Amino acid sequence: MIETELGWLTVPLAMLAGAIRVSTPFLFVSLGECLTEKSGRINLGLEGTLVFGAMTGYATSYHTGSPWLGVLAAGIAGSLFGALHGFICKLPKVNDIAIGIALMLFGTGLAFFFGKPYIQPQAPRLPSIGLGSWSDVPQIRSALDINPLFLVGIVLAIALWWAFKNTRWGLIVRMTGDSAPAARAMGYSVDLVRFLATTAGGFLAGVGGAFLSLSYPGAWTEGLSSGQGLMAVALVIFARWNPLACFGAALLFGAAGALGPALQSVGITQGYYFFNAAPYLLTLFIMIASVSPKRSLKGAPGELSITK
Amino acid sequence: MSAFTLSRRSLLKSAAIGALGATSGISLIRPARAESLTIGIVYVGPRDDFGWNQAHAVAAAALKQVPDVTVVEEENVPETAACAQSMESMISLDGAKLIFATSFGYYSPFVVDLAKKYPEVQFRHAAPLWKEGDPVNAGSYFGQLDQAHYIDGIAAGLSTKSNKIGFVAAKPIGTVLLNINSFTLGVKKVNPAATVQVIFTGEWSMPVREAEAANALVDAGCDVLTCHVDGPKVVIETAEGRGVKSCGHNASQAPLAPKGFITGAEYKWETIYKDYAAKLAKGEALPNFIGGGFDKDFVQNTPYGAGATPEAIAAADAARAEVKAGKPIFVGPIKKQDGSVLLGEGQSFVNSSAELNATDYLIEGVIGSIT
Repeated sequence: MIETELGWLTVPLAMLAGAIRVSTPFLFVSLGECLTEKSGRINLGLEGTLVFGAMTGYATSYHTGSPWLGVLAAGIAGSLFGALHGFICKLPKVNDIAIGIALMLFGTGLAFFFGKPYIQPQAPRLPSIGLGSWSDVPQIRSALDINPLFLVGIVLAIALWWAFKNTRWGLIVRMTGDSAPAARAMGYSVDLVRFLATTAGGFLAGVGGAFLSLSYPGAWTEGLSSGQGLMAVALVIFARWNPLACFGAALLFGAAGALGPALQSVGITQGYYFFNAAPYLLTLFIMIASVSPKRSLKGAPGELSITK
Repeated sequence: MSAFTLSRRSLLKSAAIGALGATSGISLIRPARAESLTIGIVYVGPRDDFGWNQAHAVAAAALKQVPDVTVVEEENVPETAACAQSMESMISLDGAKLIFATSFGYYSPFVVDLAKKYPEVQFRHAAPLWKEGDPVNAGSYFGQLDQAHYIDGIAAGLSTKSNKIGFVAAKPIGTVLLNINSFTLGVKKVNPAATVQVIFTGEWSMPVREAEAANALVDAGCDVLTCHVDGPKVVIETAEGRGVKSCGHNASQAPLAPKGFITGAEYKWETIYKDYAAKLAKGEALPNFIGGGFDKDFVQNTPYGAGATPEAIAAADAARAEVKAGKPIFVGPIKKQDGSVLLGEGQSFVNSSAELNATDYLIEGVIGSIT
């Protein structure tokens, strides 16, 4: 295979490629969390859902031979976790954050337990679409080898953004999130809306997990997620509960994650610990730059237990 | 501070003794026959990680075939007081007489403290940490994987067309740096024009960053990849997916890359484990400190995959025979990365020597930085 010398261009290209490759799980989990939080509840358990989804997707793909069935199974498993969270939080005097942390540990532990036999075998992986076939440069072709789930994520982000603004369902979810008494006065069941929003959010997080194990990096191991589910929850706050901003934030985090390896590959080898910390530094910096003690978080649903 | 709090299992054990009386209590703890040997093995991760833990687990499976040896295992044991509790329950509940602590961080204070507490039990730890003054029933064993990486390097140097080889490394500690240097010496021996480009991920296991690093190396023009991370699965699969060749690490990754796998550097802990078991069966004392490479059959190379050319196989086999016979790998002149002289003309390091295991530099020909 003949490689073309790109020199310095490697870094921006690698960051673009990294943004596309790494961002999908961030995108799905943050969209799911965005939906859940818009309804007025926080599900911190999405890290566990992500890991369990990754395991379920991999196992299903291995047994059935169809990676798309794996994605579906991961989504269903994720929605079960979401439903469990939604159901428990419906009970009186239950703290959604505490339940979320419990489900995070439960999901991870359960995934490790059932995932043991799937570490060794190789499951069929999701195919990717080669959008870079116009280019002769192999680096560009590989960067534009895009997984269909990434495209689904973009469509989903736009659809959610539009639906929150323009559809009856979107308005109901937002109203439940901003003021439970108002929703009750309108005759909607707050618990039911939140239950459904959390379940749907869990579905998306499960699909995000399936991307990890079936596409990139594309294997089931116990160290697979390394906190991506948790970072995605933080992304939602950073994106100010806007699905379109979630997409941008996911891309930014993906690109920042690719920075460390990309710089080392062109010979900027000093300080890789610093560059590897880029996504976290970026979060801190943006939080500091955008937060003011004089006003509350813009766009935060009024019913969220962290903003109340 | 003592690392041992009363564990649930030891509490249950005491309760059982109290309830059943001393004699029945002891028979409850020691069901094993007097002449049989129980060996406990503690792993830091899953046994089938295609890496470090799997290498130990493969040896444990071989050990189970030895008559009159029982093996008890526990995986995913963190390097905290939890590992002391695991080892202690292997001793008191399963009657283990020999404990293999296979992760670096188990040694101090856990193995040292336990060895003092149970002088009749032998503890062996898989890293060169034992020193004079440590308990005599503790000890270290390790394999010089750098020798196997040197052979990998020879095969890789004859396989590259772009003269760029990528190395995904976890952390810049001595063992990792030595593996990178030895690999590079192998590459340079057969292909002086080639360079080895290193990317450090900074973590032992970080699949997404390992995949990013592998992709970045391929994008930078590398056409052979190898790695030193806990589980090389992701790096090898990414290399295969990008259509470049690969060399493995720790355990056999050959099934992961049916097209591009060349060979790999593997431990052969089986040799050490069986030797220990035989010595204990004969009532001999175990050595406190052993280490070695091909000379002692402690390391091996993965059987050649489809990526190995006949030329690479011949050169690698010849070099392995030389190393096995004791020919040094580090022969001058060798310069460090900064241009200073490591070994002058005519100088060399003896294989497996202490100088090598204290490596804190990269040699010329490696692109990459420790900090």
